[in-house]
Amino acid sequence: MCFLLLVAGQAWTQAVDADKAKVTLALATEPPTLNSAVATDTIASFILAHLMEGLLVYGPDGELAPGVALRWQLDADGAHFWLRDDARWSDGKPVTAHDFVFAWRHALNPKTASQYAFIFYPIKNAEAVNEGKLAPSELGVRAISDTELKVEFGSPCPYFLSLTAFMTFLPLREDVLAQWGGRYAADADKLTVNGPYLLTKWVHGAHLQLRKNPQYWHSASVRINEIDMPYITADPSSQFNLFRDQQIAMAPLDTGLLNEAVKRGFDIEYFHTGSLYFLEFNFREGRITANRAFRKAVQRLIDPAVLVNKIIGLPGIQPAYSLFPVTVKGLKRSFREEYPVLRVDPDIAAARAYIRKAKAELGISEIPPLMLLAGDSPRALQEAEYYQYLFKNGLGIELRIDQQVFKQRLEKMRRGDFDLVSAAWGPDYDDIMTFADLFASWNDNNRGRYNNALYDRWIRVAQNSNDPRTRFNAMAQIQRIVVDDVPILPTYENGALYVQNPRLRGVRRNIFGGDPLFRYAWIER
Amino acid sequence: MLKFIAKRLLSGAITIWFIATATFFAMHAVPGDPLTQEKAMSPAVRAQLEARYGLDKPLIEQYQLFLGNMLQGDFGISFTQENRKVNDIISKHFPISAILGLAAVLIALVGGVAAGTVAAYYRNRWPDRLVMIGVIAAISVPGFVIAGLAQLIIVAMNNAAGKTLLPVAGWGSVNHIWVPALVLGLGTMAYLSRIMRASMLEVLNADFNTAAKAKGVHGLRLFWHHQLRNAVLPVVTELGPTIAGVTTGGFVVELIFAIPGLGRYFVQAVQQLDYTVIMGTTVFYGAFLVLVVVLVDISYGLIDPRIRLHGGGGR
Repeated sequence: MCFLLLVAGQAWTQAVDADKAKVTLALATEPPTLNSAVATDTIASFILAHLMEGLLVYGPDGELAPGVALRWQLDADGAHFWLRDDARWSDGKPVTAHDFVFAWRHALNPKTASQYAFIFYPIKNAEAVNEGKLAPSELGVRAISDTELKVEFGSPCPYFLSLTAFMTFLPLREDVLAQWGGRYAADADKLTVNGPYLLTKWVHGAHLQLRKNPQYWHSASVRINEIDMPYITADPSSQFNLFRDQQIAMAPLDTGLLNEAVKRGFDIEYFHTGSLYFLEFNFREGRITANRAFRKAVQRLIDPAVLVNKIIGLPGIQPAYSLFPVTVKGLKRSFREEYPVLRVDPDIAAARAYIRKAKAELGISEIPPLMLLAGDSPRALQEAEYYQYLFKNGLGIELRIDQQVFKQRLEKMRRGDFDLVSAAWGPDYDDIMTFADLFASWNDNNRGRYNNALYDRWIRVAQNSNDPRTRFNAMAQIQRIVVDDVPILPTYENGALYVQNPRLRGVRRNIFGGDPLFRYAWIER
Repeated sequence: MLKFIAKRLLSGAITIWFIATATFFAMHAVPGDPLTQEKAMSPAVRAQLEARYGLDKPLIEQYQLFLGNMLQGDFGISFTQENRKVNDIISKHFPISAILGLAAVLIALVGGVAAGTVAAYYRNRWPDRLVMIGVIAAISVPGFVIAGLAQLIIVAMNNAAGKTLLPVAGWGSVNHIWVPALVLGLGTMAYLSRIMRASMLEVLNADFNTAAKAKGVHGLRLFWHHQLRNAVLPVVTELGPTIAGVTTGGFVVELIFAIPGLGRYFVQAVQQLDYTVIMGTTVFYGAFLVLVVVLVDISYGLIDPRIRLHGGGGR
C-alpha cells in the first residue's frame, strides 16, 4: 500500500461552494435521452426540469406558477395561454406558441413512438393522431400568434394546467430537431434549451454539468450558478461515502445506510414519493384469486401496519389503506382527508371464514399452492416471505414465491403468469385519475385484468365531468369499490430517505415536475 | 509460422461465431424484450418501436440481419441509450476498462512477485505466514466487500487529513486509478504471489543457484540475474489470460467507484435486455479474449522452441 502515500494531495473540493454558487451531486444512472418528446425516466425528468421550461412550472411552494405562459384561462372545452414575449431559447431566439404546437404534434406523431403520448389524449383528436388515423395537423392545438396558444379538449380535462408542467409538454424547436435528426439531444451540443440552466458538459457514463442560462428570462432569480454531476453510480453505499467525504451534497439512504447516517449524527431528510405499493390479484379465467371471498380473506389476513413497522421497518414508509395515497389532492385539501377511507381491520377468524366460503363457492376442499410474483430487491423478498408466512400460518395455504428480475417480472405480469403479484404505481400527472383509471377494464396497466362494470362506470362519470365535486364523489365510489371488492390490496406508500448538506437550502423534492429541483435553491455561507 | 497463425485465427473466428450465435438465441429465449417497460405501451406505439428495431421480423431473419451487420462491424443502436451506437459505446468505454485493467495487472504483477519472493525467502517463518494469510483473504473476500472497505478507508483518511488525499470515486485523473486498480488486481496479485512463491522455492533449491553462489555471485546480482529471472517465468505465462480476465471483469469495481468503463454497460445491458448492446459487448469481449489467447499461443512459440509452430505431430 506504500504507493498510496506517494500520491500528492489534491485540493479539498466541496460538495457545496458558496463562492462559486456551485453544487456537486451524483447521478444513479445516465439519462437515456434528453429529448423531451420521448423521455420517460425520472433522471431525464430531473435534468429537463432544469434545462427547460413549460407553459406552467412548479413554483418554490410546490404550486403551479407561470412559466413561459404569463397568464391563462381554463374552460370546460379548452384552454387559452398568453405567452410572455421575453422568453428566449439558449441561442437567443424567442420561445413562441409555434414551438409548443410543433412539440405536441411531434410527440403524438406515431413515427415518434413516444411512450407518453397518451398523456395528450384529453386534447381533441390526440388519440386518432397517435394511432395514425388523422394527420398531426388535426390535433386540437393551434398558435393564434407567436404569443397566443389555444387548446381544444376532446374530453373534459380540469387538470390540464398541471399537465403543461410535464416534460412531454415542453416546447421543441423544429429547426433544431431537423438539424440533428435522430441524434437530437444525444450530446451537450445537440440541443437548444429555454430553461434556467444550460447543459455545458455531457461525458457519457461519467459526467454531466449544468450552468446558469443567461438567456433565461428570469435568470436573476436563479441562485445556484452550477450543478455539477461528475459521478454516475447506482450504488447507494458509494454515494453515501462520497457524501461523507464532502464530495456531493445529497445521497439516498437504504436501511443499512440509515443506521450508519444516524450513528454519524447526520440529519435525515424524508419525502413522500407519491407512489403506492400493492398486492395485485389475477382475475383471469380459472384463477382462485378471481374469487371475491378469497380476496376478502387475504384482506383480513394482511395488516399493512405490521408490514410497514415490523417487516420493512424503514421510517418514511407508511401503511396504505386506499388506492389513493395521502398525497393525492382533493377539492381543497388532501383527497384522503376529505373522503376518509373505510378501513378493514385484520381479523384471522374472519379470514378463515372467508376461506371456507371461497372453498365452498369454488367447490374445492383444499386451496392449491398459489404463486406470488415478486421483484428481486431485498425489500421485495422480505415482503414476499412475510406473506408466505401469513398464508401458511393463518390460512394453511402454501404461497410459492416467484422472484424475478425487473424485465422478466414485467413480462410475466403482462402475460398473466401469476396468482398474486407485488406491484407499484407512481403517478404520471397531478390528478387523482392517474391512480383511479388503473383498474378500468380498458387500461393496459391493469395486469390482473380486473373487470368491474361498476368501477368502469364511475371512471366514465369522472372522465366526462368538469365539476370537481362530481369527479371526487365518483372517486370516493372507486375508493369504496377497492376496499369492498379488493381488486388490489394496498400495502404501503413509499417514502425516500436521504441526507443533504446543511448549507444547501431550498431544494424541492417533487412528486411532479422534476425531482429534486434546484431552481429555487441557494447555498448558505 | 504463418500457417500456424492462420489456423489459430480461423479457429478464433469460429469461436466468435459460436459465441455470437449462442448469445443471440439465449438472449431471445429470455422472457420479455428491450421494449418491456414498467408502464404498459399502447399497441400502436409498440408496433412502431418493433418496426424501428426490426423486432417485428421472424427470429431467423433477425439473426441473418445481425450476422450480416456484424460482418460489417456494425452492431446497431442501443435500445436504452436511444441516441448511441453500440460501436460508439464500445470505443468510448472500453479504453477506460483497459486502462483500469492494465493498471490492475501492473499492480498485481509487481505486488505478487514481491510478496511471493519474500514468502519464499522466509519460508515457514512469519513473513511467509503473513503473505499467505493475505493471499487467502484476498482470494476469498469478494471484490465488492474489498471495494466498499477501500472507500471507507479513503473517507477516513481524507476526513483525518482535512483534504482530499485520494478521491472516493469518479474518473478523470491519475489519482482516480490507483485504488480501484488495486482492488481489481488484488485477487490476481494473491494468485500470482502463490505461483511466485512456489517457483522461487524451486529456484532457491536448484543446482544452478547453488553453483552461482559457489562461484561467488551474491547480493542483488544473484537475486536479479539468477533467481528472479528464472522464477518469474511461470508468472509471465499466466499474464495473458490474466490481462484479458482483469480487463473485462471489472463490473463491480466500476459500479462502486463510478468509473464509466464498458463492464458496467455490459451488465446493465443484460439486466435491461438491451439486445444490441448485449450482442456488441459479448462479441467484442469474446473477440478480445480469443485474440489474447491467440497472441499468447504465438508468443509461446516464439519464446519456447519446444512448442512446434508448424502443424501436425504431437506436442
